[in-house]
Amino acid sequence: MIHECVDQYACLAANINFNLEGLRIGFWQLTIDGLSWGAIYALVAVGYTLVFGVLRLINFAHSEIFMLGMFGAYFALDVIMGFTPSGNAYNKGIALTVLYLGIAMLFAMLVSGSAAVGLEFVAYRPLRRRNARSLTFLITAIGASFVMQEFVHFILPHIIKGYGGSNAQQPIILVQPKTQFHIFSATVSNVTIVIIVAALILALLTDYAINRTKFGRGIRAVAQDSTTATLMGVSRERIIMTTFLIGGLLAGAAALLYTLKVPQGIIYSGGFLLGIKAFSAAVLGGIGNLRGALLGGLLLGIMENYGQAVFGTQWRDVVAFVLLVLVLLFRPTGILGESLGKARA
Amino acid sequence: MRGRVARNVFALGSAGLVVLGIAGCNQSKPEEGGTAPTDLKIVEQVQIDEQGKEIKADQSAAAADPAGDGKATCPPVSIAMAGALNGPDAALGINIKNGVQMAIDKHNAANQGCQVQLKPFDTEGDPQKATAIAPQIVDDQYTIGLVGPAFSGETKATGTVFDQAGLVATTASATNPTLSENGWKTFFRGLANDAVQGPAVANYMKNTLGYKKICVIDDSTDYGLGLASAVRTTLGPVADSGCNISVKKGDKDFSAAVTQVKGASPDAVFFGGYYAEAAPLVQQLKDGGVTATFVSADGTKDPQFVSQAGEASKDAILSCPCGPATGTFADEYKKKFNTDAGTYSAEGYDLGTILVKGIDSGAITRPALLDFVKNYDGQGVARKYQWTPTGELTTNLIWIFKVQ
Repeated sequence: MIHECVDQYACLAANINFNLEGLRIGFWQLTIDGLSWGAIYALVAVGYTLVFGVLRLINFAHSEIFMLGMFGAYFALDVIMGFTPSGNAYNKGIALTVLYLGIAMLFAMLVSGSAAVGLEFVAYRPLRRRNARSLTFLITAIGASFVMQEFVHFILPHIIKGYGGSNAQQPIILVQPKTQFHIFSATVSNVTIVIIVAALILALLTDYAINRTKFGRGIRAVAQDSTTATLMGVSRERIIMTTFLIGGLLAGAAALLYTLKVPQGIIYSGGFLLGIKAFSAAVLGGIGNLRGALLGGLLLGIMENYGQAVFGTQWRDVVAFVLLVLVLLFRPTGILGESLGKARA
Repeated sequence: MRGRVARNVFALGSAGLVVLGIAGCNQSKPEEGGTAPTDLKIVEQVQIDEQGKEIKADQSAAAADPAGDGKATCPPVSIAMAGALNGPDAALGINIKNGVQMAIDKHNAANQGCQVQLKPFDTEGDPQKATAIAPQIVDDQYTIGLVGPAFSGETKATGTVFDQAGLVATTASATNPTLSENGWKTFFRGLANDAVQGPAVANYMKNTLGYKKICVIDDSTDYGLGLASAVRTTLGPVADSGCNISVKKGDKDFSAAVTQVKGASPDAVFFGGYYAEAAPLVQQLKDGGVTATFVSADGTKDPQFVSQAGEASKDAILSCPCGPATGTFADEYKKKFNTDAGTYSAEGYDLGTILVKGIDSGAITRPALLDFVKNYDGQGVARKYQWTPTGELTTNLIWIFKVQ
């Protein structure tokens, strides 16, 4: 296999299109597909934004929490529920499928949630004890990200046979994408419905938990002013742990939804790009702001899907990041502004 | 608050466990009500030439046997092998190394008086690392032949070193066409190059299979785009301009491309790229209702493609300059390494065989072995080997494989 061009000029010609017609024709389809991607980004983005709000820390290892969630969901389907990986879709009927997916999602959330809390415990808590500088946290986050990736790449195969390693897991597909109904000219598949509905429920629950419950108030209090919050009797360490837990749980849920969309995506490096996108979504909406993360995720998903229709599929990521830069040029704190504590959001 | 959180977590956790317990009792058999796992395989079909015409393999000549007559004698000499043995590209390097290893082991077992040693060198497929390793290979006076380097980039970077040392360098997998244009006297390519594969598969689709409308998709890599461009050029108007699509390596969601292909309703979709993207692409195409034949090349010809895409990969056509591992070679390989012979294993075995046959014939110095390879003409497991003065094969054929 070769890694060079047959025709040098062919390789130099980066083909960028400008196809507004494509956007017009596919508008509703692109919106629906973009929404389902955006929903996944949004769930992962919450993990970045909450941790940033509370700790002023960009938890770059969050993408690996997501990746572990994918393996968790896969493990649940493979070992606990006994599905044989084959690359072909199973057909179990709606009720059973939803039940299986629900269990897989719970398990993925369990794995991601405990991994997030574990990460906090092993990597960040000791640093906080020693009053390390924020740069140290950042480097630790990047390091932890590598550790988790390489763990799955090299060590996991020795622990559980057939897991991890250089290749993606052989997919277990529970839901074969099938068109359910049409909205305007767009086809809506069962996968899209599951993703959007599940993400919506989780987003509402999270919003409720942060804004309406007692421990949500605690999180907001610590984000606003951790010293005063501590004086008022809020346990900072406990709040931090809860924050990581919520972020991890949502990342786990997102991981299962992602594997519905991309069954071949369960690989050690599978969280990286998605993590960066979700982080961008959090920044786009205003990092530290819960609703900002949700809005940013949806917006990023839709806009990059429009972008790839106009400029060509290979420009999808470029569109996403250019959009981020443009928004930050005009609104440096993101669309909804910063801060988990101050804003009512 | 402490009690509250703990209680909630406990409640959630136990609820989860109960659900898991129920699921555990209901251990479902995947077959019932679902699709049974299939055992699809990538199977060789036919060899084609650059015009896409099917060429019948020459069955008359038997493949050269590294064991020889068992009476060979030689002083201690060694053959080096260079390629990626670790890292993400290691699978191909290991396939080649195992092939060479098998040839040498068979030779050594049969010829007690002539023990050839294999010295593997790990370049990780990286031209820079290969540049550092090449002098080590050349400086070893016992090494009189080389199988490698495996990839085009590293071959390009080190060709001059081997040429100056007069060390015969036979590559089992470097397919960049320009490699034979450097004037190296020691370069021999054990398979067809990429300038052959693109036009061959394009002509095969157009002329032999008779497709009238083909969507060509590439993955924007040097390899994928280069190959797809060659295919587009050869196809001419048959390559539909309405579905000339570039995706990106690493992408897993091809919904936009699927929509575009569906609108064009082609006879076939050609994908220039690797299996990691080909698998989700072919599945999403099938899920999206595209019935066109999926055609791809050596980057996709990997068992992973089938295991990732499942039933969706059925009937996909894959071209490869590499030969299939068949018959006794495949059986012996599987027995020895406990895994199926992979891409380029047959080439590694054939090239290893040619080198040990040279040694058996008394060519125990670098110039003598170089001379032997230059004048070699014989059948191997994968194909017939005879080289032009620039180190290309005299007949360049592409194998067509099909998932079935």
